Amino acid sequence: MQRLLNFFYEYRAFFTFLLLELFCAWLLIENNQYQSTKFFNSSNRLAANILSFSQGSREYFSLRQINEEVSRENSQMRTLLEQLTRDAQSASTKDSLVRYEFVSAKVLNNSVAQFKNYITINRGRDAGIEPGMAAISSFGAVGKVKAVSEHFSVLISILNIDEQVSSTLKRTGNFGTIQWDGTDPRLVNLLYVPRHVQPLVGDTVVTSGYNAVFPGGIMIGIIQDVKLKDEALFYDIRVELSQDFRRLSFVKIIKSKLKSELDSLETVTIGKVP
Amino acid sequence: MSRSGIFVVFYFILYLLVQVMLFKQLVLFNTAFCFVYVVFILMLPIETNPLILMGIAFLLGISIDIFYDSLGLHAMSLVLVAYVRNYLLATITPQGGYDAGEGPTLASNGLQWFLVYSIPLVFIHHFVLFFTEAGGFGVFWFTMLKVITSLAFTMTVILFLQYFSFERRR
Repeated sequence: MQRLLNFFYEYRAFFTFLLLELFCAWLLIENNQYQSTKFFNSSNRLAANILSFSQGSREYFSLRQINEEVSRENSQMRTLLEQLTRDAQSASTKDSLVRYEFVSAKVLNNSVAQFKNYITINRGRDAGIEPGMAAISSFGAVGKVKAVSEHFSVLISILNIDEQVSSTLKRTGNFGTIQWDGTDPRLVNLLYVPRHVQPLVGDTVVTSGYNAVFPGGIMIGIIQDVKLKDEALFYDIRVELSQDFRRLSFVKIIKSKLKSELDSLETVTIGKVP
Repeated sequence: MSRSGIFVVFYFILYLLVQVMLFKQLVLFNTAFCFVYVVFILMLPIETNPLILMGIAFLLGISIDIFYDSLGLHAMSLVLVAYVRNYLLATITPQGGYDAGEGPTLASNGLQWFLVYSIPLVFIHHFVLFFTEAGGFGVFWFTMLKVITSLAFTMTVILFLQYFSFERRR
């Protein structure tokens, strides 16, 4: 026993090292699991305030660009409003209108160059945001909410190698999965589009709405390159994102009013399977 | 708390803030990062107890991780650097040994020694960091490109800082 203790004491540096590294590895694995409300991320008050200060001082240099974006979004909204007032007589649009509610938020912290990019925004639980909600911008899908604190939240960006978004080719109606490969922040891959489909360069890719996170029909991007290897089961498709993530300044969080209803219905249905 | 202890706490907070407020935004060509906070672990006094060294490295790494939303990643790489550091220091002891009370700086040991000391450690840090983040060797050459360009960027900033403090001391 004495010898054993001596052995541990002699190599205490190595064992401390091993212990710390194992702890770090455990944190890493734990953190990769989707959706958490843990304290140790940039949504905690101190970190978010520091990031907010740093973003605030940088913002002065990009005011012109932010202005442009807001005015472009404004004109888009105006067009939409015009359409809606025209369609107001036909009652069919009413259902989809009440299904979703939007919360606008400012981006405090965003990166595109890492393999796992996250976005910190300045709205949190007090604005009704919960983990699992979808985030979009005026140009397209942005990501999902990963963690929330009282006043801030962290989004998992589409530019994250762990993130997958169920999507569909607008022209043909075929399904696929959008996933980033970690290299170019403008391009993502569209996976699992089978051989018999004929995707073309310039086709639009939108969200499929087959999960309760993203509503269907939200713009993701436009196909930039289509390849088909001889023996491959699926196409290699590169999609150019419609939202340039390097200039993301505002996002909207979608609160799906029917999400809990859909979830509980699905649980009940699956639960009933003998 | 002793005087050097206060300095350690001061530099800890300084490097943390500079990293997350300034260098986090500086990414060149979408591949070159600058993780200047590694130099804090490199510059701690030579006779620092390895256990304390790893403890400080872990705390700094976790603090950086909170801002990068990558809990455990930077801590893992930095603890490894802290562990390897003392072995490397023992291997490359200059003739006549280190001056007592001096940190392993460029000013006290010269440029050549400093490069031999810092490049392997910064390389280890970047290598572990990027390949762990990428989740393996799936995009090997792109990740390697990130490691090399970031190494160049970080080393440039570290050398700049070293010369800056060197001039001031004289």
